[in-house]
Amino acid sequence: MLTQVAFALLGKLAWNQLPPNPIAWGGALMVIVGLIAIVALITYLHRWKWLWKNWLTTQDPKRIGVMYVVVALIMLLRGGADALIMRAQQATSVGNSQGLLDPSHFQQIVSAHGTIMIFFVAMGLMFGIINLVLPLQLGARDVAFPFLNATSFWLFFAGMALVMGSLVVGDFSAAGWLSYPPLSELKYSPTVGVDYWIWALQIAGVGSLLSGVNFLVTIIKMRAPGMTLMKMPLFAWGVLTSMSLVAFAFPILTVTLTLLALDRTIGTHFFTAGGGGNAMMYVNLIWAWGHPEVYILVLPAFGIYSEIVSTFSRKKLFGYTSMVWALAAIMLLSYSVWLHHFFTMGAGANVNAFFGITTAVIAVPTGVKIFNWLFTMYRGRIKFASPMFWFMGFVVIFTIGGVAGVMMSIPAIDYQVHNSLFLVAHFHMMIVGGVVFGFFGGLTYWFPKIFGFRLHEGLGKIAFWFWGVGFLTAFVPLYILGLMGATRRLDHYNASLGWQPLFIVAGIGVGLIVIGVAAQVLQLVVSIVQRDQRRDLTGDPWNGRTLEWSVPSPAPFYSFIKQPVVTERDQFWADKQAKAHAKKEYEDIVLPKNSSLSVVIGALAFVFGGSVVWHIFWLAPLALIGIVVTIIVRSMNDEPEYRLTAREVERLEHERLRKVKAYEALQA
Amino acid sequence: MNEELVLEQRREHEATQKTIVGFWVYLMTDCVLFASLFAVYAVLHGNTFGGPSGHDLFHLPYVLVETFALLMSSFTCGLAMLATQRRARNEVLFWLFVTFCLGALFLGLELHEFANMVHDGNSWRRSGFLSSYFVLVGTHGTHITFGLLWMAVLGGYVWKRGITDSIRKRLTLFSLFWHFLDVIWIFIFTIVYLYGSIGV
Repeated sequence: MLTQVAFALLGKLAWNQLPPNPIAWGGALMVIVGLIAIVALITYLHRWKWLWKNWLTTQDPKRIGVMYVVVALIMLLRGGADALIMRAQQATSVGNSQGLLDPSHFQQIVSAHGTIMIFFVAMGLMFGIINLVLPLQLGARDVAFPFLNATSFWLFFAGMALVMGSLVVGDFSAAGWLSYPPLSELKYSPTVGVDYWIWALQIAGVGSLLSGVNFLVTIIKMRAPGMTLMKMPLFAWGVLTSMSLVAFAFPILTVTLTLLALDRTIGTHFFTAGGGGNAMMYVNLIWAWGHPEVYILVLPAFGIYSEIVSTFSRKKLFGYTSMVWALAAIMLLSYSVWLHHFFTMGAGANVNAFFGITTAVIAVPTGVKIFNWLFTMYRGRIKFASPMFWFMGFVVIFTIGGVAGVMMSIPAIDYQVHNSLFLVAHFHMMIVGGVVFGFFGGLTYWFPKIFGFRLHEGLGKIAFWFWGVGFLTAFVPLYILGLMGATRRLDHYNASLGWQPLFIVAGIGVGLIVIGVAAQVLQLVVSIVQRDQRRDLTGDPWNGRTLEWSVPSPAPFYSFIKQPVVTERDQFWADKQAKAHAKKEYEDIVLPKNSSLSVVIGALAFVFGGSVVWHIFWLAPLALIGIVVTIIVRSMNDEPEYRLTAREVERLEHERLRKVKAYEALQA
Repeated sequence: MNEELVLEQRREHEATQKTIVGFWVYLMTDCVLFASLFAVYAVLHGNTFGGPSGHDLFHLPYVLVETFALLMSSFTCGLAMLATQRRARNEVLFWLFVTFCLGALFLGLELHEFANMVHDGNSWRRSGFLSSYFVLVGTHGTHITFGLLWMAVLGGYVWKRGITDSIRKRLTLFSLFWHFLDVIWIFIFTIVYLYGSIGV
C-alpha cells in the first residue's frame, strides 16, 4: 500500500537512486557543493536582486550571450573532467588491472562527455557568441524576438540542469552520445539514464530550434538599411547558413527523441527489436539531424575565422563571394551525407557509393575556404595577436582532420576503421580544432566589445600553445590506435595488444590541455584584476572592419545611438579610411522590458523533464499546463517594450564620455 | 509630430512583418517535423507484426466526415479573417465560434476512432505500424488541440477588446496555423487512410 502511494507520488524516485559508489559520490558532491557555494556567494554579496534584475530576467542579447558563455564554460570543465577520467581509465585499465571505474560507469561518462560537449558546450558557446555579436554586426539593436531569445536560453539552462541532476539522483545514459536502440530501449537500459539523456536534449533542442528561427528572422528582416545580403559580414553569413540548418534539422531531432521516449514510456514499437520496430530507422533519423548538426556548429566558426583573419591581416577578405557560395554549398551538401556514419550497416554498394561521393565532395567548398583564408593572409600586414593563433592552429588541425575525413568517405576504408579510435580522432580534430578553437578565438576577439577591456595577450598565447600541442599529443596517438584496431568506448583491453604506451601518451596530451585551460582561467582572472589598465577606450581595439567596432566598448545596452546606414561591405573600415565622422544625433530608442516569464518557462520545463524522467505522472501535465498558461499570460502583455528618450540617451552618452576621460587620465 | 507618427506606424508595420515571417519559418520547421513522421510511417506501415493492417482498420466514410469537418473549419476560418479585415467584431466572433465547433467535432471524431481501436486491442503497443499511425495522426490531433485553445484565447481577446491591430496580427498567425494543419491533414488522408484502405 505504502509503496503504491509512494510510486503514485514520486514515481521511480527513491533513496536507492543516490550514487552507488565513492567515485559517483564525488561527482554528486561536486554538483551539490558547487551549487551551495554559488548560492552562498551571491547571498553573502547581497547580489540576488542585482542578478535577477540585470541578468536573469534580461532580454538584452548581449547579456543573454554572456550567460550562454558562462554556462558553456562551466560545462566545458565538467565535460573536460569526464575526458580526464576516460583517459585515466584507458591508460590504466589493461590486463589484470580494471582501472578506476566499472564498465557501466565508464560508459555513462563516455556518453555524458559527448552529450555535454556538443549540446551544452559547443552549442552554448555558439549561441552565446551569436547573441553577443550578430545584432551589432547587422547594425540592429536587438534580435527579432527578444522574449523568445531569453526563453531559448532558459530552455538550454533547464536541459543543462537535468544533465547535472543526473549526477546526484539516478544515473546517466550508458548508451553512447546518440543512444542507439535497441541498447537504449527500456529492455536493455532499464534505469532512468537514457530518459535523462532524452529529456535534457529534447528541452535544450527545442530552445535551439526557437533560437534558429529567431536568428534567421533577425538576419532576414533586421539588417541595417543598405546592408544587402552580399554586404553582410561573413560571420552573419555563417550564422544565416547555420540557422537554416537548425530550422530544418532540429525538428528531426525532436521527432526522433520523442519516438524513443514513447518506446520507453508508453510501449510503442518504433525502434524495438521486436513488435515490428526498426532500429535502423533510428540511426538514419538521428544522423539526418546529427550530420547537419556538425555543420551547424562549424559554419559560424568559419564566419569567426573570416572576421579574425581579415582584421589581423589588415586586408579585406579574399574571395568574399566564393566564401559565401562555399558556405551555401556546405549547407546544402550537409543534408546529403548522413549515411556515411553507418556505411557498415549494409545499405548496399550503390547507396554507399553515392554517400561516399557526396561526402568527399564536401571537402571541395571547405578547401575553397581554407585557401581563401590563406590568400587573405598573403601579402597582408599580419598582426600575430592571440585570436590569430587560434586561427592558425585551426588551419593545421582542421586540415589534418579533414584529410582523415576524406579517407573515411571511401566506404572500403570506412569498413576498416568504423567505430574505431581513428574516427574518434577525426571528429575531435573537426570539432575541437574547427569549432572550439574558433569560439576561443572569437571570444578573445570580441571580449573587449562586451566587457570593455582586453584579455591578457601573453597568457592567451600560452593557453593556445598548451591547447594546440596538448591536443595533437592527445589525438594523434588515437589515429594510430584506431588503425591498430582499438575501438571507441573501450573500458578495458588485453596487455598483449601493446596499446598502453600510446594511451599513456594520449593521457599526457589531455594533461597538457588541462594546463591550457588553467592558463585560460588565469588569463581571465589577471585581466579582470588589471581591467583598469586594459580598458578599451576607443571601441576599436584591433583596428576592425565591421559595424560592431563602431560602437563604444563595452557596447551600451541600446547598442547604437543611431541606426547605421551601410554602403560598403566593410563599412566601418571604409568610414575610417574616409575619416567620416557621424555627427551625434540622438533619437528615441524602443527596447524590450525585462521579463521573468522566460525564467518561469525554463523552470517549468525542468520540472516537466524531471517528472517524466522519474515517471511522476501527476506532475508532468501540471508543468505543461503551467507553460501554456505562462505563454497566455505573456500574450496578454500589450506593452512589452519601453521608450528610452533621446534626452536620456544623450545623458548616458555624456556620462560615458566622462568615464572615458577619467580612464584616459588613469592610463596616462 | 506628424513625422513621429509616421515613424511609429512604420515601426509597428515592420514588427508585424517580422512576426509573420517568423511564424512562416516556424511553420516550415513544423512541416519538417511532420515530414519526419510521414517518413517513419512510410517505413513502418507494413510492419503489422501479425496484427491488423490499415485495410482492416480504416473506415473511409467515417474519415471522410472528419475530413469535411476540418475542411469546412478552414473555410469558416477564412470567413473570420475576411470579417477581421472589415473590423466586424461580432462577425469575427461568430465565424471563430463556428470554426471552433467544427475543429472540436473533428477532434472528437478522431478521439472516438482512437478509442475504438484501443478498445479492440489495437493500440500503439500492438505493432510498429500502429505505433507510427497513432503518433502521426495523434501529433496532428495535438496540433488541433492547441489550435482550439489558441482560438479560445483569441476569441476572448476579440470579445473584450474588439479588433485591434495586435489582434489582427494574431488572427493572421492563427489562420496560417489552421490552414497549415488542413494541408497536413490532406496528406494524412491520402497517405494514411486512402492508401491504407486500398492496401498499398
